[in-house]
Amino acid sequence: MCLGIPGEVIELHPEQPDLAKVDVSGVRRMINIGLLVDDPPVPGEWVLIHVGFALSKIDEREAAAAMEFLEGIGQAYEDEIAALRASLIE
Amino acid sequence: MRFVDEFRDAGKAHALAAKIAALCEPGRQYKLMEVCGGHTHTIYKHGLEDYLPESVTLVHGPGCPVCVIPMGRVDDAIHLASQPDVIMTSFGDMMRVPGSGGSFFDANAEGTNIRMVYSPLDSLKIARQNPDKRVVFMAIGFETTAPSTAMTMLRAAREGLTNFSVFCNHVTIVPAIKAILDSPDLRLDGFIGPGHVSTVIGCRPYEFIASQYGKPVVTAGFEPLDILQSIYMLMVQLSQGRSEVENQYSRVVPWDGNQAALKAINETMELRPYFEWRGLGFISHSALKVREKYAAMDAELLFQVPGVRVADPKACQCGEVLKGVLKPWECKVFGTACTPETPIGTCMVSPEGACAAYYNFGRMNRNRVPEAQVTRA
Repeated sequence: MCLGIPGEVIELHPEQPDLAKVDVSGVRRMINIGLLVDDPPVPGEWVLIHVGFALSKIDEREAAAAMEFLEGIGQAYEDEIAALRASLIE
Repeated sequence: MRFVDEFRDAGKAHALAAKIAALCEPGRQYKLMEVCGGHTHTIYKHGLEDYLPESVTLVHGPGCPVCVIPMGRVDDAIHLASQPDVIMTSFGDMMRVPGSGGSFFDANAEGTNIRMVYSPLDSLKIARQNPDKRVVFMAIGFETTAPSTAMTMLRAAREGLTNFSVFCNHVTIVPAIKAILDSPDLRLDGFIGPGHVSTVIGCRPYEFIASQYGKPVVTAGFEPLDILQSIYMLMVQLSQGRSEVENQYSRVVPWDGNQAALKAINETMELRPYFEWRGLGFISHSALKVREKYAAMDAELLFQVPGVRVADPKACQCGEVLKGVLKPWECKVFGTACTPETPIGTCMVSPEGACAAYYNFGRMNRNRVPEAQVTRA
């Protein structure tokens, strides 16, 4: 539940400043970046995503480490990716 | 050994094990609580207890959002979902949690429409697509998740959506830690602080643990080495007679938390006078409700909620497990009547629950690494 998954910001939404497209293990979905309003991420930066919201910015090294950990936990991570894939954020 | 095979820098883990063992005072026992279920998962998955000397025990805390929801709230949610024209949305983790008459999955088999969503924001699309339905989001989780619900409510308000509401079950971690500190059942020496909750609330809210209770706290990341390093940092403090809040996970956790997230929570929600936690009972000011300003989105006002208290099944000892008084395998039904496939208690449902983590990864036979053996003169 408190799982945070790393994603790379691909592009910002042209009209809605709250939204950005991210890439998580090849799955590209829209997430909300409104919680990072004090230091908004730009394309190429990595964020920690929790239930469709970027919670904090992370560096690429942290992202790689988190990814390795998450891939290791197996089912819980696969469920998270499957849920992200089904997400409807717009 | 699993840990060595899977983790890229086993050498560092062995070095930390030796440093931790060297800090143990002869004859002293150390009990450290990892508050967060994500940490519990890592500890079992990687067999981290094998890297600790016999005198250092890890105690699993209440930081599993699904585990702490009492049965009565599951029943309340199913009651809400059974009302005419209601579509309930819920995180997947919640779907298998047993209420007194079954889980959300069981309720759907009986005709409710409870849909799994990845994000509370997904509920808004469902609400837009179904203007003649009332969409109720089953909001659960600690401060990690509450900002997402808050931001979703703010978005719904901006859009003027009138068919979206929240059944708010958000809980706050600090009162639960305080309840454990005040409990006579357990004497703890220090805390491994939660990682992702702290990205939102920061480290300051833990300062009372150090100053008033004299126990060190180290906020930790989720990798095996993060946790071992945090244990080492706690042991250093204990050996020096210090009790402070330290941040091992500073690469992700800002000391002051995420101000935008706290602001969103504060705008939309306020503390309840009390809330019932599974196993911990009623705890003052330990949960959030929708603020009056957003009453139009408060499912507890829009619908009649029975609010009946339901006792846990007699055989279930999740309460003791959540308080850290019992280890998962000490529960009478662990692995026999209660398994991840047919859970009786919540701790067996969530991957962050101590019972599920132990069931999937735990071993009865400990195989301590040589560095963790304390040699005494």
